[in-house]
Amino acid sequence: MTMALVMKNVSYLVRPEKRHKKKIISNVNITLKKGEFVSLIGKSGTGKSTILKLCAGLLKPDEGEIRVYGKATEPGSVGYMPQKDLLLPWRTVLENIMLASEFQKGAKVTKHEARNWLKRVGLKDYENALPRELSGGMRQRAAFLRTILTEKEVLLLDEPFGALDALTKKEMHSWLLSIWEELNKTILFITHDLEEAILLSDRIILLHLDQTTEEIPVDLPRPRHSEMVHTMDMVNYKKMIEKKIADG
Amino acid sequence: MAKLKSFFKDYLLFILFLCVIIVIWEWLVQSGKVPSFILPSPSSVIRSIVENRESLFQEHLLATVKEVAIGFFIAAAGGIALSILMYFSKALEKMIYPVVLISQTIPIIALSPVFVLWFGYTIWSKVAVTVLIAFFPIVVGMYDGLKNSDPEYDELLQSMGANKWQRFMKVKLPMALPSLFSGLKLAIVFSVVGATIGEWLGASVGLGYYSRRMSGNLNAEGVFAAVFLLSVLGMVLFFVVTLLQKWMLKWNEEKKR
Repeated sequence: MTMALVMKNVSYLVRPEKRHKKKIISNVNITLKKGEFVSLIGKSGTGKSTILKLCAGLLKPDEGEIRVYGKATEPGSVGYMPQKDLLLPWRTVLENIMLASEFQKGAKVTKHEARNWLKRVGLKDYENALPRELSGGMRQRAAFLRTILTEKEVLLLDEPFGALDALTKKEMHSWLLSIWEELNKTILFITHDLEEAILLSDRIILLHLDQTTEEIPVDLPRPRHSEMVHTMDMVNYKKMIEKKIADG
Repeated sequence: MAKLKSFFKDYLLFILFLCVIIVIWEWLVQSGKVPSFILPSPSSVIRSIVENRESLFQEHLLATVKEVAIGFFIAAAGGIALSILMYFSKALEKMIYPVVLISQTIPIIALSPVFVLWFGYTIWSKVAVTVLIAFFPIVVGMYDGLKNSDPEYDELLQSMGANKWQRFMKVKLPMALPSLFSGLKLAIVFSVVGATIGEWLGASVGLGYYSRRMSGNLNAEGVFAAVFLLSVLGMVLFFVVTLLQKWMLKWNEEKKR
């Protein structure tokens, strides 16, 4: 079976000044199976966002290769959602979520499909609203829809809920879990929130400051729901990962 | 009604202040404290405008508006085009941008006789001064707008497979518009100044020409009439550009509050 996303021996150097080269990513190997939800966790400076940008084809690795379903990645290979919602302020919600279709050849998302999605995420009445009229959670949902409607099978999400307050975040978790089964996407997800990572993921990849990685499978049954954060299993997972981060 | 209320709330003090100034001014002249050939009273300026309305409006104002309009549009088209070219070509930017900046250090009044030399007393010598003076704020506004737009939007579109031109049209250009309009608003006011300077140096028609002729005749009311109309013209044109901005950039409105 072809893997959805493969990073093989990937290294990336940053060159703030010409003389100082610093490897911020060194020899990273990550593989995602189709339909898997994998979270990347690590302290600041471990290169999480850089890994996503490399996978999205926005940066070129200095060593190694990245493949999406067997083909070398390039811009347009995957759906990419940055931390900020980055909705275009002059476009309506509908126009925003259909943005990607303007750059695609062949079959495109129709307005009808886009409206159906808006209905499903509770933004039906905001189809013609401008982003500034939406709340933080609604904006994030719109940005998420925009990513889904790229119609890419692999989605890269860079702390999509990082800027939301705790309550809204919980709502977003319930919402994401509720559509997760039928979404049928492969997701690589960055977060700082351990509970979020455990709740949503099939697997967690821990990035250490010495640029090694460590994989932790999350063996919790699906479907999951956001109340599960209080179960003993989850708490144990959290303790275990916290310890690993502290030791790492 | 609510609009009217907020209008008065915003401008009441200004209007009162203006009225007080005008009343004091009128009184100073009427009572003979200031001779009317130095400072004509507001009422006599208005009278002068009404008396000469035909030549003032149909001839001189029209000529000035024409110069301003042609000059402004050339400056806008040229300035926007140049900014876009500079945005796409680093070499062109390095070559041209300093020239644009330096062009502002040339005293325009000193340069105007050159335009008279080149274009004679036709409308084009006035248009040339207007273009030169209006060009700068437009280029700076547009170019800075293009340069300072958020690179994260660019990355987002790139990740969707958009090429450089698509990214420019869908994100960079709309994002640069507020900054462009700041430049356009300055430029339209400068355009009136430019046309007036152009007319002083050589013209047979226009409000600038009219004010100089009246000054030569020691007709203070006439000079003030032209000055008054020029400033009204500047305000009206500024207002028109502001309306255009409000209409085009509805999305940018609320943010300022």
